[in-house]
Amino acid sequence: MFRKILIANRGEIACRVIDSARRLGVATVAVYSEADAGARHVALADEAVAIGGPAPKDSYLRGDAIIAAALATGAEAIHPGYGFLSENPGFVDAVEAAGLVFIGPSADAIRAMGLKDAAKALMDKAGVPVVPGYHGANQDPEHLAGAAEQIGYPVLIKAVAGGGGKGMRLVERAGDFTAALASAQGEAQTAFGNPAVLIEKYVEKPRHIEVQVFGDGTHAVHLFERDCSLQRRHQKVIEEAPAPGMTPEMREAMGMAAVRAAEAIGYKGAGTVEFIVDGSDGLRPDRFWFMEMNTRLQVEHPVTEAITGVDLVEWQLRVASGEALPAQQDDLTIRGHSFEARLYAEDVPAGFLPATGRLEHLVFSESCRADTGVRPGDTISPWYDPMIAKVIVHGPTRAAALAQLARALDDTQVAGTVTNLAFLAALARHKGFAAGDVDTGLIARDLDALTAQAAPPLAARALAVIAAAGLEDGAGAGFALWAPLRRPVAFTEEAAIRVLGPGHVSVEVGGGAHECILRPDGWWVDGAKTGARFHKAGGVVTVFMCGAHRFDIPDPLDRAAHQEASDLTLAPMPGQVKAVFVRPGDMVEAGARLAILEAMKMEHTMLAARAGRVAEVLVEAGGQVEAGAALIRLEEEEAA
Amino acid sequence: MKLTSSALPSSEGFRANRAAHLAMLETVRAAADMAAAGGGAAALERHLSRGKMAPRERVAGLLDPGSPFLEIGATAAHDMYDNAAPCAGVVAGIGRVHGQEVMVVCNDATVKGGTYYPMTVKKHLRAQEIAEECHLPCVYLVDSGGANLPNQDEVFPDRDHFGRIFYNQARMSAKGIPQIAVVMGSCTAGGAYVPAMSDVTIIVKEQGTIFLAGPPLVKAATGEVVSAEDLGGGDVHTRLSGVADYLAEDDAHALALARRAVSHLNRAKPATVQWQTPEDPAYDPDELFGVVPADLRTPYDIREVIARTVDGSRFDEFKPRFGETIVTGFAHVMGCPVGIVANNGVLFSEAAQKAAHFIELCSQRGIPLVFLQNITGFMVGRKYENEGIARHGAKMVTAVATTNVPKITMLVGGSFGAGNYGMAGRAYSPNFLWTWPNSRISVMGGEQAAGVLATVRRDGIERKGGSWSPEEEAEFKRPTIEMFERQSHPLYASARLWDDGIIDPRKTRETLALSLSASLCAPIEPTRFGVFRM
Repeated sequence: MFRKILIANRGEIACRVIDSARRLGVATVAVYSEADAGARHVALADEAVAIGGPAPKDSYLRGDAIIAAALATGAEAIHPGYGFLSENPGFVDAVEAAGLVFIGPSADAIRAMGLKDAAKALMDKAGVPVVPGYHGANQDPEHLAGAAEQIGYPVLIKAVAGGGGKGMRLVERAGDFTAALASAQGEAQTAFGNPAVLIEKYVEKPRHIEVQVFGDGTHAVHLFERDCSLQRRHQKVIEEAPAPGMTPEMREAMGMAAVRAAEAIGYKGAGTVEFIVDGSDGLRPDRFWFMEMNTRLQVEHPVTEAITGVDLVEWQLRVASGEALPAQQDDLTIRGHSFEARLYAEDVPAGFLPATGRLEHLVFSESCRADTGVRPGDTISPWYDPMIAKVIVHGPTRAAALAQLARALDDTQVAGTVTNLAFLAALARHKGFAAGDVDTGLIARDLDALTAQAAPPLAARALAVIAAAGLEDGAGAGFALWAPLRRPVAFTEEAAIRVLGPGHVSVEVGGGAHECILRPDGWWVDGAKTGARFHKAGGVVTVFMCGAHRFDIPDPLDRAAHQEASDLTLAPMPGQVKAVFVRPGDMVEAGARLAILEAMKMEHTMLAARAGRVAEVLVEAGGQVEAGAALIRLEEEEAA
Repeated sequence: MKLTSSALPSSEGFRANRAAHLAMLETVRAAADMAAAGGGAAALERHLSRGKMAPRERVAGLLDPGSPFLEIGATAAHDMYDNAAPCAGVVAGIGRVHGQEVMVVCNDATVKGGTYYPMTVKKHLRAQEIAEECHLPCVYLVDSGGANLPNQDEVFPDRDHFGRIFYNQARMSAKGIPQIAVVMGSCTAGGAYVPAMSDVTIIVKEQGTIFLAGPPLVKAATGEVVSAEDLGGGDVHTRLSGVADYLAEDDAHALALARRAVSHLNRAKPATVQWQTPEDPAYDPDELFGVVPADLRTPYDIREVIARTVDGSRFDEFKPRFGETIVTGFAHVMGCPVGIVANNGVLFSEAAQKAAHFIELCSQRGIPLVFLQNITGFMVGRKYENEGIARHGAKMVTAVATTNVPKITMLVGGSFGAGNYGMAGRAYSPNFLWTWPNSRISVMGGEQAAGVLATVRRDGIERKGGSWSPEEEAEFKRPTIEMFERQSHPLYASARLWDDGIIDPRKTRETLALSLSASLCAPIEPTRFGVFRM
């Protein structure tokens, strides 16, 4: 085994590798960019080396700097994690040239799988099923129709030069082929100047099922499949293992195909063979096709670990250091079911835009494995993937595991940035998903329902009012000789409180009064335990209670009373008008220069108090004005 | 020393007492609710329709969420002026703003436009008196049409009338006690001086107005026609006249600005007493209703009340074997050290001497005094007069009158005759004086007063050789007894601000604690006693 390794990555995967290395007694070296100097992976590692600026090209993609760091610290091997340099054969060569071990496959294996078409051909030769299709040069309609017949309907006609769905036609029956081909070719010609098309099998209800393989350079085993069909725009959202509806025959067939693929390229280490599966008629051994092979550890590897009990990083280190495969195929079994959900800092309502922010508050459920690269107080920066954590659960059955996932997501508390937590939780409760009826189109079909922003429950709103009033800790016992005072509270909606005693508040919100009592186990609302927790920062109250509920609390002082934009711009003191920049009818922005007044040896620039149209200019350049004289008048604002 | 109660909560007497006290409490609660409702639903509706907040919500909005509110005169003017001025048309009390105690005085414009009845003036002045004595910053939430004209003779001319409000503001400001006004409605005529005399003034735009004479009077006087807003609105006063300092968008904004103003006062509570960690009494204050007899004439041990009032029910009784009809001793209320002086029967010479001694002790040590008053008076008769009970009583009265430590008086039973003086009645300027619903206050008992009058009458009749039947005597005494009964009732007393309010006895502890806390915002000056007649 190695004495010391360097991890050429950041975030959760770097932390994940450090964990396993530490268990094996292997010292770790982290590398970090300027943006990551205080990151969790740096704190966890035994040593850390700065390798450049925050942009990946200036740090995590700098193979030379990373190799130099490994040499300087005496690391014997480099673990690439995923992404960055993990599938870069040039880097593998350089690592080996430096006399270090690359923890992963050979450069040749990476190259073999790097070119998608060549990889498909190679797999086809190795007896791995690939998506049937015709990619030939012969564009004769007769010939193409024959090819379609051979592939089997339905088929997809695609422009070779295509993209964006242009020149693409779905053909269900042979009778429709000729017309569809003509129309596709015409469209391709118009759009791309090239009428050439290819024909592919149309997979009706595509599922993304991948097989984890592990090789020693000669032999390979598989660690069963993962289903990654829950995707949004080709981004995996929730992964699981095993695949729902998987049959022993199908698993055997896919597993063997994946092993063949790995052995065909002499694969060493952890890899994943991705298949597209037609799920329109259940899972059938003749309906899966090779897509590509990922020659690295996958993001979603923990679900495989959960069901097999194997630590894949441990295996990577052992095999890379020269040990034999730690297990044979017959030793490997599946135990229970596992899910992983990817928790991201992203603004779901804004179209899943990546978000940033300081994680003021971060708590994961105790009932899950949370692989994370951040701690409370850390920042999600714009430089890297905004992943906060992978929430991983394991249960005896799929239903139990899914229930655990929903629960773990509900119990996850993040404040300081927006997250996709509610979306994940909605997905975990999706009926089709629960039934195992998954395909890659599920999220897109139900996106509206999955991203619908449910109004926070009344209890959460009531507790948010208490937090907005600053009473979430039960401080403030109130007291009145007779009836307690009703105190309005600045909130997202009309709200008021009556403090009835220590930790005892009646909250008026949503048209009713709710009795809230703080007990040793937290706040109870209307006689029901909530288990709610709070986070407050910068005018935002977050109530964690079956998910995070965010409230932007208005600041009662934040009112622009005096800046009430008037229609008139007045001379602040007596002086001479030096210049006038606008004419009647001009549109001006707020803050635009209107005129310059010279007074007391100073030039005063008159700015537009608001945007609007100039109605009147009441002075001329050179004119003398008294204090308070009107200079410019804007047209009255229309009532909103 | 932990007090031991002999109360039997399951006994019939206990339950009967409780029922009677609850009935008395409900009478007061109904009055308090009526007062809190101000000018009633229709007037409030009109008020709200102008975008204004309800008066009590203005008070609450000024205070910290969860702040206590120690209201003063919660049933002021009850059954006066045909009940035209609930709560005397002004809400007043002590609460916390950014953690510091302030006196809030808030006009209730739903009560005759917030105009000042005689009791309104008295209540406003009493609030200022407390503020001045306790060094509490004052926040005036102004919305008032000024003096109530039909009552001008009882509102305007005398020393303790309307003008005294501004006198107090000036004097308090001079003492460094901040004066803050929030103009949320009218401030007409004399009322204009409330904001003008304040250190800091906030006005709500297009709602607050300040002028010496309103548009109608201006028109009558000079013929000038001008709108209220142009005459003295928020824009005018914050931009042109400088009468106000901050322009607020609405009530809520104005209150936020007032809170911010208080946050910049830079005041700290003086170090006075040694606070301890508060501790609940060992006996539930809820039992007060059971242990205190419903009938004032039934004697009971005042230590039952003390046991349900002080921290841990611990009471270091001073001189327990001497002058036993008064109980004196040291204890803590919500962590604040106090010296308690409590009646346990009629006052004798020894009791008066003991009380004077104890008050001297507390004054020497700077310990606030709490008087639990339930007194029929000093003992009468030849023996007592001859031994000089008046001389001993005078010592007690001198001590009470001249001590400089805070005094809080709680009227838990009767308050009759000279006992009232010795036990820090209103005339002795306790910092606060609270009463229980079962209390009674009068110069003497109604029976006794009627008896005195009847004796004089009988002597007169008999001197003329006439005769007076017992029935005639009873008929003669009845109106006096009834008058005393009516006038000694706590609601009658509190309506006239002879005290600061009636409280639920179960809240005695909190009320005392808040009173003490407010009192201790002012430093305790050293005491210089008057001449004790030895």
